[in-house]
Formats: sequence, C-alpha cells, structure tokens
Amino acid sequence: MTRTSYFSRIFGNSPVSPLQKHIASVIACVEQLVPYFEAVFKDDWDEATKIQRKLATLEGEADNTKNELRMNLPTSLFMPIDRRDILELLDMQDLIANRAKDISGLTLGRKMAIPDALADDFMAFLQRCIDATRQAQIAINELDELVVTGFRGDEAMRVRKMVAELHVIENETDDIQIKLRASLYVLENDLPPIDVMFIYKIIEWIGDLADASQSAGNRLQLMLAK
Amino acid sequence: MEHATLLLILAAVFGLFMAWGIGANDVANAMATSVGSKALTIKSAIIIAAIFEFSGAYLAGGEVTSTIRKGMVDSAMFIDSPELLVYGMLSALLAAGVWLLFATRQGLPVSTTHSIVGAIVGFAVVAMGVDAVQWEKVANIAMSWVVSPILAGTMSYFLYRSVQILILDSKNPFENAKRFVPFYIFLTGFIISLVTVFKGLKHLGLDMTQAECYGIAAIVGVVSAIIGTFMIHRIKEQPVDIGGFHLHSVELVFGILMVFTACAMAFAHGSNDVANAIGPVAAVVSIVNSGGLIEQESMLPPWVLLLGAMGIVAGLMMYGHKVIATVGVGITELTASRGFCCNLSASTTVVLASGTGLPISTTHTLVGAVLGVGLARGISALNMRVIGSIFMSWIITLPAGAILAIIFFYILKAILG
Repeated sequence: MTRTSYFSRIFGNSPVSPLQKHIASVIACVEQLVPYFEAVFKDDWDEATKIQRKLATLEGEADNTKNELRMNLPTSLFMPIDRRDILELLDMQDLIANRAKDISGLTLGRKMAIPDALADDFMAFLQRCIDATRQAQIAINELDELVVTGFRGDEAMRVRKMVAELHVIENETDDIQIKLRASLYVLENDLPPIDVMFIYKIIEWIGDLADASQSAGNRLQLMLAK
Repeated sequence: MEHATLLLILAAVFGLFMAWGIGANDVANAMATSVGSKALTIKSAIIIAAIFEFSGAYLAGGEVTSTIRKGMVDSAMFIDSPELLVYGMLSALLAAGVWLLFATRQGLPVSTTHSIVGAIVGFAVVAMGVDAVQWEKVANIAMSWVVSPILAGTMSYFLYRSVQILILDSKNPFENAKRFVPFYIFLTGFIISLVTVFKGLKHLGLDMTQAECYGIAAIVGVVSAIIGTFMIHRIKEQPVDIGGFHLHSVELVFGILMVFTACAMAFAHGSNDVANAIGPVAAVVSIVNSGGLIEQESMLPPWVLLLGAMGIVAGLMMYGHKVIATVGVGITELTASRGFCCNLSASTTVVLASGTGLPISTTHTLVGAVLGVGLARGISALNMRVIGSIFMSWIITLPAGAILAIIFFYILKAILG
C-alpha cells in the first residue's frame, strides 16, 4: 500500500519553477534570431529555413509549459504572489516568444532582403534587445529566492537593481532603434516601397522583444511592492 | 470482578494495537516536514522518531492520559456498574483503532485524537446517558482543537518573520545563519524541556521547584546549542551556479536546526498521542486492579505508559518507516528554514497542550504552522482545498468514532456481561 500522505498534498504545485522553465524556453527561442538573421544577410535561405523551424519548435515548447502552468493554477491555491500577476508575467514572457516567431516567419515568408548598409546597426539592435530578454530572465530566476525571503530585504533590493538594469538596456534599444530607422529613412527612396514598409515593421517587432521584457520586469516590481 | 485477567489482557492488546497504529501511520505526519526538507535521511528520521516518541510518551504523556482516562467521563455515575466503564473504554479503543485503520487505507485525513474522544463520548452517552459526559471538559478539548492550529500558525508566522529579518533578508545570510541558528536551537531545547519538567515528570516521582525547572530547561537548551554550534561549524559555504538557488548554503545551516526540531516534534507527538492509546487502558487497569472500585485519585502505573511508548515504536519499526519514506516525497517546498519554523511552533503548541492535559491533533497543529509560514509569503503555493478538508475531517471523525464505539460497546456487553 503506497500512497502519498495527505500531509504532502497540502503543498500545491509551485508556479515558480514552471515560470522559470518557460522563460528559459523563451530565451532559447529568441536566441535563434541571431544565427537566423546572419543567414538572412548572407542570403542563405536554406539555412534560414532550418533555423526558423527550430525556432518554431522552441516556441511550441514554451507554449506547452505555459498551458501546463495555466492548468495547474486553480483559485484554491494560496500563494505569496497574486495569481493575476503570475498570469500576466506569463503572458509577457509568451509575447516575447511569439514575436520572435512572427519576426522570423514574416522575413522568411517574404524572403526579405535587408540592405547591407543596415547590417551592423540591425544586428547590434537585435543583440541589445535579446540582452533585455536575458536580463529579464536573470530577474525571474530570483523568484524562488524571493519566495523564501518573503519579497523583502537584501534579496528584494537585488531584484530591484536587476529590473533597473533592464530599464537601462531597454532605453538603449530605443536609442539604437531611432538611429536604425533614421538610416533606413535615408535609403528608403532607393528601395521597393513594400519592402521598406515591412522592414519598418520588423524593426518595430524586434523592439517589442525589449518592451515585453521590460513589462515582465515591471510585473516583478509589482510583486515586490505587494 | 469477573474476567479480571481477561479484561486486563484485552485492554493491553487493544491499547497496543492502537499505539501500534499511531506509530505506523500518525508518526509519519509528525516527521513529514523533517523528511520533506531533506535535512534528515529517512533512516535518521526513523531513529530520531523512535527515541523521541518513546521519551515523549514515557516522560510527558501522563497529563493527557489522565484526561482521556478520567477527565471526560463522570466516573462517579459508574460506581454501581464499573464493568460498563471497562467495556466502554475497551470499545472506545477498538472503535478508534478500527476507524484509524479504515480511514488510513482510504487515504482520508484522520486524527487519532478526534476518533478516541468521539468514541469515549459516544459510549458514555449510551451507557449512562448524556449526563455521564463532562461536557465542560469536552468543550474545552473541542476549543483546543480550534485554538491549537491558530496558535501554532501565529507562532510560525512570527518565527519565520524573525528568520527573514535576522538572516534571509540580510546582506550576508550565510554568516548570519551561523550566528543566529544556535539561538533557535537553544530555544527549541529550552521550551520543550521546560514544559516537560514543569508538567510531565510528576508521575515519575520527581517534584521540582520552579527555579529548578528553569535551570534544567536552560541546561538542556545550552547543551543542545553547543552541540549544534559544533555541527554548524563544519559547514562550508558552497559556490553557487549561475541562476541557481543561492541560499543553498544557508539552508544547510538550517538543516542542523531541523534535526533538533525534528526531535522536538517527535517528542511532542509522543507526549500527546500516546494517551489516545493508553488512556483507556489506564482506566481499565485501575478499575480491575482495585477490584471494581472507581478511584479518582489512583496513580497511573508507569508500565502502562511504557506499554504505549513501546507500541508506538513497534508500529514505527514494523510499518511506519514505509509511510515516512512516502510522506517526504512531494514536499520539496519545505526547505529547512521553513520546516524548522513549522516544527518548532507545532511542537511547542503540542507540548503545551500535553502539559495542560489537552488531547490535540498533532497533524492539525502542524498544518496550522505551515499556513503561518505561508502567510509570511514564505511558501509558493498551498492547496487550500486540501487544508480545508483536513480541518473538516474531524467533523466526520467524531461521529464515526462515536458510532463505532457504541456498536462495539453493545457487542462487548453481550459477550462479557
């Protein structure tokens, strides 16, 4: 007769480790964008297709984790974090992965050529936006420590600093984005108009990666302020 | 008295069965926090449980035993027919034991305390009428079932907050853990031994003054703290992987504290729950030995406590070790820093109740303590539905114990009477 004691059943499924697992999948997904755009700039569409497929698989994994967490979050759970904050943090994380998939999907679908003159700034912009998502992950990885410490004290201070750093990175991405758009503006008369429209779109979406990361950081701040 | 030897043997066998059941199933719940936190291996948890359940039962089990034995039933009403009281106590034991067995097999949350109290009230009502129950005392006991989880929860809330403020939230949690954990160890040793020497040792013929009690408790506390300090000294701070849990080394220090509070928990459980098994036995023994007289003032024979203590350990050794191995699984949430708060506040509450002679549920008290840590935002998810069902279970357990006791009472009366 083996059974789990009813005592151990009073502990519900913690939302913390699924959240951390989810952001890890999201980051893995976003990081694919770097080799993807390297392939795009080399005009190597076979390689790009391969990477895009991998990215889509990773996005699917993140979706599975997301659904699993949502299913295991009944209202009868008593948690130190607001249920709504968890779900909104999850949505923000999810948005990052979705955007990464959208970016790669659209560029691949239209076999979009991005002018070589933009390559350096474009890649720098992409890298910095990915840095923002990584910074969000660093902060989210502190959630288990935050629960132990009751969202107070030195640990809370550390997380506040991490979120502040995230804001700094996000501001930088805004600056690079402005610069990048200005360079595109100079070139736009020589390019097919529809392509230009979509390049603006892609730049905006890459910026969304950093914006969503910042929103995720803001959710964490709200948890600290409870 | 008729069948004197048979009645004594029956009482001893039923009592042993009940104590065995407590050792086999209930001890695991008392040790769940300790095993779940991984601070103790299953083997050392069993050894600690055996030693401290035994000493708790033997050293501090007297007061609750006397409540179960003669506190709830007005034995004056049985003066003309003492055999009815004997049958009643036997059927109460049998009822509680059978209910415990049934409910555990069904995986239902049960409390031995609630079933034995229900059973005794049940038989007393059918044997002698409603007036045979000392309702005031029973109401006190029922009150203590409400108060004990609340008290333990409040205590664990403040304990955990103190741990957060002094250690976890500080700039250097590891150094502060090494500095403050010995104080918590002292507190554990001091509180548990204080209540014990104050209230529990009377039946062993030790009568001490208040100053002596405090002195002994302080010595126990200091000795535990010194042993603990030596153990803590050996712990080295561990490097942390990036993204890993960087309070890991701190938890290692709390692991030492956990060992001490696990001892306290087993001691407390033994001191309160042994009475569920041997309280009725003691009642039967005193009536039969006096040849059918109901004496309120007779001393509790130490061998009865010994019987209960041995029964619990036997149950633990023969079956309980398997249950202990399973309860820890799935409680990864309960790290040493949280687990010790639960253990210390629950064991303090239970030992206090033992000293006052109140039979309470160790499991309910422990669940209350876990909630307290949760309220300090210390646990990432608690399943309120399960917690609710644990607290509600006594509403089923009381009448179940009572009805079974009534059935057994009529059967015993028909056979023996």
